[in-house]
Amino acid sequence: MPKNPDIKKVLVIGSGPIVIGQAAEFDYAGTQACRSLKEEGVEVVLLNSNPATIMTDKDIADKVYIEPLTVEVVEQLILKEKPDSVLPTLGGQAGLNLAMELDERGFLKENQVRLIGTTSETIKKAEDRLEFKSTMEKIGEPVAPSKVVENVEEGVEFTKRIGYPVVLRPAYTLGGSGGGIAHNHEELVEILENGLRLSRVGQVLVERCIAGWKEIEYEVMRDGAGNVITVCNMENIDPVGVHTGDSIVVAPSQTLGDKEYQMLRTSALNIITELKITGGCNVQFALKPDSFEYCVIEVNPRVSRSSALASKATGYPIAKVAAKIALGYTLDEIKNAITGKTYASFEPMLDYCVVKMPRLPFDKFISASRKLTTQMKATGEVMSISHSFEGGLMKAIRSLEQHVDSLLSYDFSGLNEEELYHQLARVDDRRIWVIAEALRKGISYEKIHEITKIDPWFIDKLAILVEMEKALKTQELTPELLAEAKRLEFPDSVIGRLAGRAEEEVKKLRYKNGITAAYKMVDTCAAEFEAATPYYYSVFGSENEAVSETGRKKVLVLGSGPIRIGQGIEFDFCSVHCTWAFAKEGFETIIINNNPETVSTDFDIADKLYFEPLTPEDVENVVRLEKPDGAVVQFGGQTAIKLTEALMKMGVPILGTSAENVNAAEDRELFDKILEECSIPRPAGDTVYTAEEAKKVANRLGYPVLVRPSYVLGGQGMQIAINDQDVDEFIGIINRIAQEHPILVDKYLMGKEIEVDAVCDGEDILIPGIMEHIERAGIHSGDSISVYPAQSISKKIKRVIEEYTKRLARSLHVIGLINIQFIVSNDEVYVIEVNPRSSRTVPYISKVTGIPIVPLATQVILGKKIRELGYTPGLQPEADYFAVKMPVFSFEKIRGADVSLGPEMKSTGECLGIAKSFDEALYKAFLGAGIRLPKHKNMIITVKDSDKLEAVDIARRFEAIGYRIFATRSTAKVLREHGVNAMRINKIESESPNLMDLILGHEIDLVIDTPSPGVGHSKDGFLIRRCAIETGVNVLTSLDTATALITSLENNHIQNLTLIDIAQIASRS
Amino acid sequence: MKAFLILEDGTVFKGRSIGSSREVISEIVFNTSMTGYLEVLTDPSYAGQAVVMTYPLIGNYGICYEDMESDRPWPDAFIVRELSRQPSNFRSEDTIQNFLLKYDIPGIAGIDTRALTKILREKGTMNGCITTDENYSLTELLPCLRSYTTGKVVEKVTCKAPYVLPGAGKKVALLDLGAKRNIARSLNQRGCQVTVYPAGTSAEEILLGRPDGIMLSNGPGDPKECTDIIREIGKLYDSDVPIFAICLGHQLMALAKGADTYKMKYGHRGGNHPVRDLSTGRVYISSQNHGYVVDAERLDPSVAVPAFENVNDGTNEGLSYTGKKIFTVQFHPEACPGPQDSGYLFDRFIKMMEVDQ
Repeated sequence: MPKNPDIKKVLVIGSGPIVIGQAAEFDYAGTQACRSLKEEGVEVVLLNSNPATIMTDKDIADKVYIEPLTVEVVEQLILKEKPDSVLPTLGGQAGLNLAMELDERGFLKENQVRLIGTTSETIKKAEDRLEFKSTMEKIGEPVAPSKVVENVEEGVEFTKRIGYPVVLRPAYTLGGSGGGIAHNHEELVEILENGLRLSRVGQVLVERCIAGWKEIEYEVMRDGAGNVITVCNMENIDPVGVHTGDSIVVAPSQTLGDKEYQMLRTSALNIITELKITGGCNVQFALKPDSFEYCVIEVNPRVSRSSALASKATGYPIAKVAAKIALGYTLDEIKNAITGKTYASFEPMLDYCVVKMPRLPFDKFISASRKLTTQMKATGEVMSISHSFEGGLMKAIRSLEQHVDSLLSYDFSGLNEEELYHQLARVDDRRIWVIAEALRKGISYEKIHEITKIDPWFIDKLAILVEMEKALKTQELTPELLAEAKRLEFPDSVIGRLAGRAEEEVKKLRYKNGITAAYKMVDTCAAEFEAATPYYYSVFGSENEAVSETGRKKVLVLGSGPIRIGQGIEFDFCSVHCTWAFAKEGFETIIINNNPETVSTDFDIADKLYFEPLTPEDVENVVRLEKPDGAVVQFGGQTAIKLTEALMKMGVPILGTSAENVNAAEDRELFDKILEECSIPRPAGDTVYTAEEAKKVANRLGYPVLVRPSYVLGGQGMQIAINDQDVDEFIGIINRIAQEHPILVDKYLMGKEIEVDAVCDGEDILIPGIMEHIERAGIHSGDSISVYPAQSISKKIKRVIEEYTKRLARSLHVIGLINIQFIVSNDEVYVIEVNPRSSRTVPYISKVTGIPIVPLATQVILGKKIRELGYTPGLQPEADYFAVKMPVFSFEKIRGADVSLGPEMKSTGECLGIAKSFDEALYKAFLGAGIRLPKHKNMIITVKDSDKLEAVDIARRFEAIGYRIFATRSTAKVLREHGVNAMRINKIESESPNLMDLILGHEIDLVIDTPSPGVGHSKDGFLIRRCAIETGVNVLTSLDTATALITSLENNHIQNLTLIDIAQIASRS
Repeated sequence: MKAFLILEDGTVFKGRSIGSSREVISEIVFNTSMTGYLEVLTDPSYAGQAVVMTYPLIGNYGICYEDMESDRPWPDAFIVRELSRQPSNFRSEDTIQNFLLKYDIPGIAGIDTRALTKILREKGTMNGCITTDENYSLTELLPCLRSYTTGKVVEKVTCKAPYVLPGAGKKVALLDLGAKRNIARSLNQRGCQVTVYPAGTSAEEILLGRPDGIMLSNGPGDPKECTDIIREIGKLYDSDVPIFAICLGHQLMALAKGADTYKMKYGHRGGNHPVRDLSTGRVYISSQNHGYVVDAERLDPSVAVPAFENVNDGTNEGLSYTGKKIFTVQFHPEACPGPQDSGYLFDRFIKMMEVDQ
């Protein structure tokens, strides 16, 4: 079927801010879809509230709206832009839910807008628990006995019939939010209450527990003519019970015979045929390990995290093909872009093994429970490709960048057999390390399988790795043993450690014996056809396929690895734009990255993609083959920056700011010297190694002080200490991981935090704009609400900031990007941090100022001058818009994580509010972050003593818009003294009714709780905040945020938002 | 034990011996299926060939004897990257290592199967030798490899005497040219009584059984070598009994009616080949195993017209015989291994027999 000629203008809805369960994969899918639509001459209107995405770039869509993802906004946008169609299945659950709501309201029909791709009836059939179940029953596909309940009593009644344990899944939520397994009445009631509230339609599915069965997924496609194919199947190493996003996943399935493989494949195809999916779809199965019995767990009638993984694992671009199908094409009309010969109507065949590992945030949330459940907790993931499962796993482990490089990285050697049994029974992110230790202790495969339900095939693979560890420890390091260790992907450093040799020595021995990495292609077809645009993975002991000669100059772009808190999608935005900019200048571009969710690992972004870990050894292997003319590290976040030294040792020129200067910004002594030369003040401070030294420094400076390790991202390990006890604790935490660099102790200054990104060509600088944080210093910049242009600082201060930026950029010899954070305190400007690289705010400030910062920086790196490029150096004139960047958190997904904000970053994503007035921008930003108030008009205020007076005004303003205010004893007292009618409420340890009862009563909109700083934080406060978050109550831990929120609420009479097309914002220079 | 795979172009791969250690010369072909190694090994169409599995991890789920597609494995040798030492599946009765030894199938593991596949793709299917003799001589070996031909293999793989799978429905005569079990099973499951005849059976004998339909099976080798069978199939064509043919059967029917076949560069072997049903435009993913193909260009439309084509390379995948109740396909609707998407063709065959009455 040819393209439908009636489709001329399509609205694509993105997935909004990055939260756990909805991450970069939708930027990847959406970007691919938009490019695919534009390729067909279709005009694309894009809506997404997330400014860090690549899809919200004017290069990707014709019209770009970074607006809150609400029904009202979409309606308004449709009326304004008049698209003829909406493509809802490429923006994750958020986009899909919106489209469904519009359809249900009849709005689309009224305005003659059609949903293209999968229809709304299909979406309902797949997503609505009841409809799904009856559809499956109709075609004879088994589902676990289950019932959709709308209240707790119903759930309890049903569970009585089918017996514990039961799985609970709320309908229409992200990443299984609010779901879980209940083993008894108490757990059942708790999870049910929570799930019913989180579900958009107030439904929870109660289901027979199939925990322990194999979890298998199929990614399937169907076109409008009814042709169906399977892209890929995947097997979760963790059996049913752990969310697939938190599981180690392997593709293709390993322990299924052809009978099982085809049985489930046929089932998946029957399901999409019955559902009449047009596009991509994910089907999840549970397969009983000892029979052919299976059941369908769920169907996602859209692109998903799994489809991104399947695309990268096979080379089959699911989103691109799905977009073409939406336009009316059939699978056999769409070319396979990898081979250039075959068509989309075929099934990829892998001749390698893919391993995906989740990037879990427990290094950030040290108080959180590491337990893995059906509720996803991972912020990101890594993928690796090898010829063997063992090799894939080893590569995936070291791609995580969590101080792990082998199965020895978490030490469980102190546990005896009995303790190991207990540890094995704990389902957490370290389980494969526990299994490795169990194997070392001689515990049988059967026993390990009995406890973990992990298939013995995988246990045997872990055993092969453990046996190699032993061989390296006990045997002579012969070339044969070394070759075998490398085939299993042991890094040189680990081999060295085990064999008692230096890493360098191992490397030399390898080279001497010709044991080097070779690169193989991902070509979708197991070499059956020649490939036109393949990508590569390394293996040892095979023939190399990657040809390195093209004659063009080559640049190596280092990616940013897995999405984690502190290093998100914004660095992928920078890497991709930098790659495009280099390509424009005639370079051959080479990307190394390992994140399957991103745009940068799409097959047609760089000339060549190496899907590899980002460690010095892995990068060196690519460098030895490709011999790049230079490498850029300033766009890939801390991951890339950390590789600078290694690249220089390999003899690869670092393009842009040199390594010494990168170092100078991080090395305290060098940096102090530079500041002194530039006469720029910074808060007093010193470097230390031990707690004793730290306390000495702290007492000299006077508390409070800021304690942090150097060379970290997202303020990891950064804390404000108010006394010696705090310093002891913080230094202890930091030193849990051996520190190569000293720890910094600085005087903590309370003031306005200001942030600047600038491009420097060695002489001139260009500052697109100055951003101001709403929260005072002390809260990580990534967690602060950021406002452009800065509101509360004078012209004079702005000039000082411009001047300081210029001086610093020049003295650090910055060529390219620099990010500086300032504190303005008592009209004095202090520098607190300098990053001679791209930052989190680059995509956002690029979009709101219309200045393409990354391409500009790239050209500067290549030797062009700012003036030559048509810009007037210095601080650029302010835009006509106000732009507010709002952090978004995923606290409800991580049990036990402390939600209070501080110097360590905790947000997972961001959204933008942009408008002609500050008030409207702020209102939009809160709306985009999902804070939709007021609901019940009840709130709780409990603030630390120093905040009490300031809280009065906020309370008064909330009261004025009709809020009933509850407050704990001393807060209530101060409020009442100042005329706020606050109701006193007992703290949680006191008798009912207390704070907890109030929160659990579900009638509270908001909790303002500012915790006392330091270790002496009350357990109470922590409990209150957790309890509030888990019951869906908004929690603010900074009065500045609270002030911003009340300002926004006072303005919520704003009915008709002005929608701004970002693509129209032209640079003002 | 070390083993070597030597190709007729002189390329040598060094690996480990698996299965039998005896030396063997054969035609090397690759299969891209990710599952179904036992079905591949027991598919009689691989008689006279050595099979390379492009998927690197083989033997993961062990050996489930009930999945065998015939009584024994047929390839001359088995070539893999890695055999699993710990098979895991609830039905597994044995390891693949034991299976190869038990049936005296030689093989080689630990070689770069992708590099080998690329050679076969670029230079075409070629002969090779697997040996454990470290002192092999290329000068002696290469001429032998180049002159090696597979020869007639159908007679080796066909059953020795007719037998019957009872059923209450249609009576089907299945001409066993090297049939996979699932062909008879697929018919039997649909209620047919299936009488299986050896490949050398005359048309007269088959027709004497008054079958409602005739099924021509898959099988190994160069179709043009099967001159006697082609002659008998010509007679079956004339009988007006509905006929459904798969793979070799499809090629032989075409040859019987004056069409031509040719050898493909490296064939189609795997479970991901898209075929288009030319009457509906629908595309199905099929299981395939063939090195020869019917030349659709030189087809007399008054005899037969293409019914299916390969979406990737446009080669013929099936014929519909003009004015006859005969349809034939190049791919494998019986699957095993591979996708079951085209199983509906067995239903079409049964319907054809029903209409015939």
